[in-house]
Amino acid sequence: MVFEKVVEILRNYKEEPELEVTMESSFEELELDSLDTVELVMEIEESFDTSIEMDSELKTIGDVVGLIEKAIA
Amino acid sequence: MSFSIIGTGSALPKTIQTNEDLTEFLETSNEWIVSRTGIETRHICVAESILDIALDASLNALDNAQLKPQDLDLIICPTLGGDTVTPSLACLVEKELGAACPSFDLNAACSGFVYGLDVADAYFCRNKDMKILVIAVDAMSKLVDWKDRKTAVLFGDGAGAAVLSSGDDLKAIHLTAAGNQHALCIPWQKGNHPLLRNQETLLPYLKMDGSEVYRFAVSAICKDLKIVVKEAGITLDDLDYVIPHQANLRIIESAAKRLKIPMEKFVLQVSSCGNTSAASIPLVLDEMNRQGKLIPGTQIALTAFGGGLTTGACILEWS
Repeated sequence: MVFEKVVEILRNYKEEPELEVTMESSFEELELDSLDTVELVMEIEESFDTSIEMDSELKTIGDVVGLIEKAIA
Repeated sequence: MSFSIIGTGSALPKTIQTNEDLTEFLETSNEWIVSRTGIETRHICVAESILDIALDASLNALDNAQLKPQDLDLIICPTLGGDTVTPSLACLVEKELGAACPSFDLNAACSGFVYGLDVADAYFCRNKDMKILVIAVDAMSKLVDWKDRKTAVLFGDGAGAAVLSSGDDLKAIHLTAAGNQHALCIPWQKGNHPLLRNQETLLPYLKMDGSEVYRFAVSAICKDLKIVVKEAGITLDDLDYVIPHQANLRIIESAAKRLKIPMEKFVLQVSSCGNTSAASIPLVLDEMNRQGKLIPGTQIALTAFGGGLTTGACILEWS
């Protein structure tokens, strides 16, 4: 459920409705730089009404999904 | 009754460094810097002292206001610090101008100019018959670590000034502070007391958590602008211009998108000057003034955020 929502936010952000995303997709592969990652986390926070600590380095979509699941658990 | 801005001025050091110039001593590239920050060049104090650019901007502003230094009743200098810890930069500006009035520095980092306007507003509440110079100056090139490619590329040096007289330009103002050393910090020197000899000394250079500052900055612009337009009894649509602190183009674009304010209303100078800390907003204000963009009735929002963490925003209606 979290993964699907993250994919939706990511597709909207990149304006690519057909974008292929898996848990293993890295931000680098998705052509997202560090500030894009922050932007995505901000949008995800608003969408899930939660606050995500960005202490650990986020490299993949799976990392973000993991953080949200922890935050909303 | 508050104040009106009756003159503006600015000064930039002569030495300009392009992104390409930085690649000579930093492992970076023009593409990396431009895509992440929108910055192309910055001015660096090499031949000039911090006082030199502060004086130039102050004289410009006084000339624009058609006032003499002796007409000033107060000098407020928003800055992280001048050439010396003491005398304050404001006192040295006062001396060199030949003014004779109370003068002090004010440290609210990049929010300093808006903090300075708020302090000035309070003085006008006590005494309407004043002329106040707010001279915001920072030389970030002396405070960043030129071996840290993540932060050094972001900053530049500059000075921006405004001369204030009693009037009705200021419609609303809002400041915040939330102490935080983790997001952005420049440690100070520890001194050389013998008992401190074995303690670790942090290098006196800027350290910043870019992601945290980005999030803080976008949210500060969005929150503060909504607060000041409400306080001024107008809407975001009524604004003719927004002058944001020129930290990073991506921060400004993100805030504009969230607030649904067209980017055309945001006045930008970040590509040519980088982040000049407290000076960034008055530098833009002076450029607009000299371009004749500020006509009576123009509604302007200033919005700043920076180390502290501090934020400040206000609404001005140009008279």
